[in-house]
Amino acid sequence: MGESSESPLVLVHRPPTLAYMDDHLSRNFRLLNAHLSPDPLPLFLSRHAASVTAFVNIGRLKIDAELLSHLPSLQLLVCTSVGTDHVDLAECKRRGIAVTNAGDAFSDDVADCAVGLLISVLRRIPAGDRYVRSGNWSKPGQFQLGIKVSSQNHKEENFLMNLVLFYESVLLLQVSGKRVGIIGLGSIGSRIAKRLEPFGCIISYNSRTQKQSIPYRYYSDVLSLAADNDVLVLCCSLTDQTRHVVNREVMESLGKEGVIINVGRGGLIDEEEMVKCLVEGVIGGAGLDVFEKEPQVPEELFGMDNVVLSPHAAVATPGALESVAEVAIANLKAFFKNQPLVSPVRLG
Amino acid sequence: SMESIGVLMMCPMSSYLENELQKRFNLIRFWNFQEKSVFLETHRNSIGAVVGNASTGADAELINDLPKLEIISSFSVGIDKIDLGKCKEKGIRVTNTPDVLTEDVADVAISLILTLLRRLCECDRYVRSGKWKYGDFQLTTKFSGKSVGILGLGRIGTAIAKRAEAFSCPVSYYSRRVKPDLGYKYYPTVVELAQNSDILVVACPLTDETRHIVNRNVMDALGAKGVLINIGRGPHVDEQELVNALTEGRLGGAALDVFEQEPHVPEELFGLQNVVLLPHVGSGTVETENAMADLVVANLEAHFAGESLLTPVV
Repeated sequence: MGESSESPLVLVHRPPTLAYMDDHLSRNFRLLNAHLSPDPLPLFLSRHAASVTAFVNIGRLKIDAELLSHLPSLQLLVCTSVGTDHVDLAECKRRGIAVTNAGDAFSDDVADCAVGLLISVLRRIPAGDRYVRSGNWSKPGQFQLGIKVSSQNHKEENFLMNLVLFYESVLLLQVSGKRVGIIGLGSIGSRIAKRLEPFGCIISYNSRTQKQSIPYRYYSDVLSLAADNDVLVLCCSLTDQTRHVVNREVMESLGKEGVIINVGRGGLIDEEEMVKCLVEGVIGGAGLDVFEKEPQVPEELFGMDNVVLSPHAAVATPGALESVAEVAIANLKAFFKNQPLVSPVRLG
Repeated sequence: SMESIGVLMMCPMSSYLENELQKRFNLIRFWNFQEKSVFLETHRNSIGAVVGNASTGADAELINDLPKLEIISSFSVGIDKIDLGKCKEKGIRVTNTPDVLTEDVADVAISLILTLLRRLCECDRYVRSGKWKYGDFQLTTKFSGKSVGILGLGRIGTAIAKRAEAFSCPVSYYSRRVKPDLGYKYYPTVVELAQNSDILVVACPLTDETRHIVNRNVMDALGAKGVLINIGRGPHVDEQELVNALTEGRLGGAALDVFEQEPHVPEELFGLQNVVLLPHVGSGTVETENAMADLVVANLEAHFAGESLLTPVV
């Protein structure tokens, strides 16, 4: 065929801690490892990447017009996240660059995490764990009721009273039968819905478009969705249209027993307003894996028992990383063989 | 009239239940007495009913001390703290609170699995401590698709199975009897169940046969990558062996809502990251506790009105 027998050249950039794809990539391609160079990235690209047609961006390095200007031959950008809010998609479209994301690789794990956060918030699981580890469950004498009848342990009814007061002092909410509104019924949202069905949760959703043959009720706007639900789960992409989609008005509509679960992007929620709503009791609780300015998290949340916080770990299982490596390689192979990409992102 | 019937409540368990009992009967609070002999002197002949719960029931001694006792109504589904043999002997009725708490307990079981595998408590601690600013959290363990083994496929076990199925988990079980209609794989021994499960969930009643049913052999079979979830009763698990298995790394992790000597929890567990510890909150929601309380009251009213009991055990 007259082709070079060399494997194709692929530009790679990653943070030092995300080495999980190194082997997969080096087995299949010749690599230009931008992260191993002491040169600042734009300089490195100008010097070495002029002919590069494919770029694997492991992690969330911002891909803006300036960076793309150093990659004149680029035709494919492979991202390892589901979200592509760190990529200037419009610029990619202008330059004829196709973009792929993680596809379904993370969907099960994110859905698991969302359900885990939801039940943990409603049933106060971390708060219960803290309570036991503090030793408070067995501490005698906190709530004196009267001296115990001799045949029973004095400690016992104090712990029981502690426990009764623990239950009754916090709003322990039942999961089964809760009305759950999902914002974004894509790969992740539909898996969350499937997991919540045997809990007897009543599922409804808001999405860019209504989906056909879905048994859940569709709401065309988030405000009405919030009004009719006990829990809002955010798992849509962050775009100009969805930034701060959960604002004060939506939270007031959700109400004082309402709970927000966010496994999408921090920017989907007006974080400053959310903190106020939690402090003021405008909403009942939150389970958050993402924040507006990660890894910074509003410290007002640290003392709250009705909040569960997670360090953007919804995708962080070995299985998920293995899956996303497979998707990335599959996209690269398809590209170099001129075949349809596995997980292309719509560029609008 | 029922107002003169003495109902002995064994310990604080629900202020709603206390109020409802007070409205209808002569409620006597066991924990208000300094000396048992004083209590008996005053009340022994007026007590027609005892209301107990998961931690405090009625042993043979108490039953013998109350000559007018007709019914024990437990604010729980598990009735291992009631001397059933003595009740049968004396013709005393016993009721519990099945069904109304099934979903809540199953929800906690699934939550414990997710919380343990995905390290949600640790994640939460990691963020609250400010450590996230200095680096990402470690990888955690996927739940979807893991094999779930359920010890005891009754109401609660079945509800757990249905939830696990939605996470694409293959479900298997050990039970006194095979239940072919449910379509899950049956193992004839607990050790075999543990050998073939990533996650072992205890959901059976506590009886003489099931005391320490999760012993060293079972824990070894579950192994360093397996995890144990207990939403049954503390004595289902050999707790000392559990502590050893965890501290020695022979068992991957444990999430426990119940303990052998509640509220005492072995302090060796407090320092472990691969455990989740809850203060017996399985049925702990306002809705469920009120439903349980309503069932306790309804059983007592039915009994003293000469009607059929709603949820009799004996």
